[in-house]
Amino acid sequence: MNEVIEQKISTEYKYGFVTDIDADSAPKGLNEDIIRFISAKKNEPEWMLVYRLEAFRHWLTMDEPDWAHVSYQKPDYQDIIYYSAPKPKKALKSLDEVDPELLKTFQKLGISILEQERLTGVESRVAMDVIVDSVSVKTTFKATLAEKGIIFCSFGEAIQEHPELVKKYMSSVIPYTDNFYAALNSAVFTDGSFCYIPKGVRCPMELSTYFRIEAAGTGQFERTLIIADEDSYVSYLEGCTAPMRDENQLHAAVVELVAHKNAQIKYSTVQNWYPGDKEGKGGIFNFVTKRGICMEENAKISWTQVETGSAITWKYPSVILKGDNSIGEFYSVAITNNYQQADTGTKMIHIGKNTKSTIISKGISAGFSNNSYRGLVRIAKGAENARNFSQCDSLLMGDKCGAHTFPYIEIKNNTAVVEHEATTSKIGEDQLFYCKQRGIDNEKAIGLIVNGYCKDVLSQLPMEFAVEAQKLLEVSLEGSVG
Amino acid sequence: MLSIKNLHASIDGKEILKGINLEIKVGEVHAIMGPNGSGKSTLAAVLAGRSEYVVTDGEIIYNGQNLLELEAEDRAREGVFLAFQYPIEIPGVSNINFLKTAISEIRAYKGLDPMKAKDFLLMLKEKEKLVEIDRALVSRSLNEGFSGGEKKRNEIFQMAMLEPKLSILDETDSGLDIDALRVVANGVNKLKSKENATIIITHYQRLLDYIIPDFVHILHNGKIVKSGLKELALELEEKGYDFIKEEVEA
Repeated sequence: MNEVIEQKISTEYKYGFVTDIDADSAPKGLNEDIIRFISAKKNEPEWMLVYRLEAFRHWLTMDEPDWAHVSYQKPDYQDIIYYSAPKPKKALKSLDEVDPELLKTFQKLGISILEQERLTGVESRVAMDVIVDSVSVKTTFKATLAEKGIIFCSFGEAIQEHPELVKKYMSSVIPYTDNFYAALNSAVFTDGSFCYIPKGVRCPMELSTYFRIEAAGTGQFERTLIIADEDSYVSYLEGCTAPMRDENQLHAAVVELVAHKNAQIKYSTVQNWYPGDKEGKGGIFNFVTKRGICMEENAKISWTQVETGSAITWKYPSVILKGDNSIGEFYSVAITNNYQQADTGTKMIHIGKNTKSTIISKGISAGFSNNSYRGLVRIAKGAENARNFSQCDSLLMGDKCGAHTFPYIEIKNNTAVVEHEATTSKIGEDQLFYCKQRGIDNEKAIGLIVNGYCKDVLSQLPMEFAVEAQKLLEVSLEGSVG
Repeated sequence: MLSIKNLHASIDGKEILKGINLEIKVGEVHAIMGPNGSGKSTLAAVLAGRSEYVVTDGEIIYNGQNLLELEAEDRAREGVFLAFQYPIEIPGVSNINFLKTAISEIRAYKGLDPMKAKDFLLMLKEKEKLVEIDRALVSRSLNEGFSGGEKKRNEIFQMAMLEPKLSILDETDSGLDIDALRVVANGVNKLKSKENATIIITHYQRLLDYIIPDFVHILHNGKIVKSGLKELALELEEKGYDFIKEEVEA
């Protein structure tokens, strides 16, 4: 079996190519001048610059965290380019005006905007905000959304057009003091997505953003803010790919979600950034802070993530259950292969009464990789009748990888019911042979077994992306299991 | 259909099969009996293509092909079916999805298009009836949480769906109560035809009360030491394996 695993592991990253877009970059390094440069480039108001500078000054006092179960050479933060924008010649009004190089890039990824737009006209309804490096290039379907009063635009645009909303909500869930990477992001973020769903509106389509890290040596620091006002609903999907690079690239995003009374936010991520090569060279460092707050009663936030890429993943999409009867969910599939390392999980903070949370985490490790689940369930003193169910499963492929589970449970109210289940299993020789004996070869068998294992999570993804995610699992596992 | 000549096989350097000779013609049912450790399950594993077993000598010709040169999955696609002694659980994968995948793969190997969904469902229904298995069981995850008897029934159901040419039933009777035994045996009998052949590997005679073999072979210490008609099984039942051992060693 080891032979087969090794053969599978040797499959190269399929999305590695470099698009030649004339970049407009800041010099390497980080200081107040660079932050002023970014802010000026983006034509930002004074309050934004002040916020960035405060964040930067705070960041200088912080240390890079080292408690995660990952090991890597810490990035030299002075050796990174913090701003790089592809040069759009003018404001883009239609897809025809989009840089053809960029469209080609998307075609290679199999997510051409044209196709998305065509599909949208017929069956699926997906609005997409495309981010190449730091600047949002194209936002589709804005008009359709505007009719409903939905705001879906780049973060930069939101700062210009909706400063009152940005001021009110930005940093309200994740203050820059939260952690090292959040502080860094707050100081240097270049763009991202902004979404506001007004009271009583059910967003009629899936909102989707594809992130892509293009220029060599640039860190990407996007910032996403989604606000669902009372009685509203939105489903949002974030997909990521990065071209192949030798040096490690840093990615430190911040995503904040705010769900008001009776509102629901469903946030799904499919992440397949470059994981590095077979020897563990290169790949993305993905240090992301994602958190949502159920502000008032009956709010609901669901995180679904399919994580197959990045060399290092450090990511804990969390929910603060502040409103009574609010619900938090976390569904995760994390695959690591070769020398990838992932330390991922969630935090469910129960504050309101009758709050409920569900955590389903499926880790798959192959090659020489390490995959850790780290989760916190905290029941605050006033959280009467809080409920949590956690299930953390690990699947091992081969005998050179590792799976770890770090559950933390803090309960300050004795009416709480908290359940935790954990399993570790291996794709065994026996399972593979059983499949073979029925005429199913290794490749197919692994796909079958892994998809079965991840079923509970994949079924949470919006239809449009479930198939893509399933394909992605198989591709990742082409390089991952015997 | 199957011709085994002087088959020697070992695992971890230990020789288990020490010169098996066996001829099976289409339409026949052969029972292979023997005490624990005689090499019965090893024979099944070697036929199915388990890679831990190394064939050190001899040959297996299956429908004119050198079976030993085929990968395990290709043997299955050529119609070799093994009903496992201990069927494997695959959580989250439904029985139906598993069978659909298997049938598609087998058909692809033969250059055929995947079966139409409607035809597949019809076949599913028909075979469920044939082997008396519940749809509820068929819809569940593959063998997950199945009782021993349910797993064995499911093996026979899979056999019905895949329509193999050569079926090898490895200790299918072990762990079955008498009702389950009867259901499983009925299934096997119904699937028997002039176009296929069956090898029944068993320790006890009782399964042979329900599935009547054409030939009985007794395996001892890696060799077939005695072959006969169905009466041999009864004799064995009566006298026990010791009589064979004595006969061989005498």
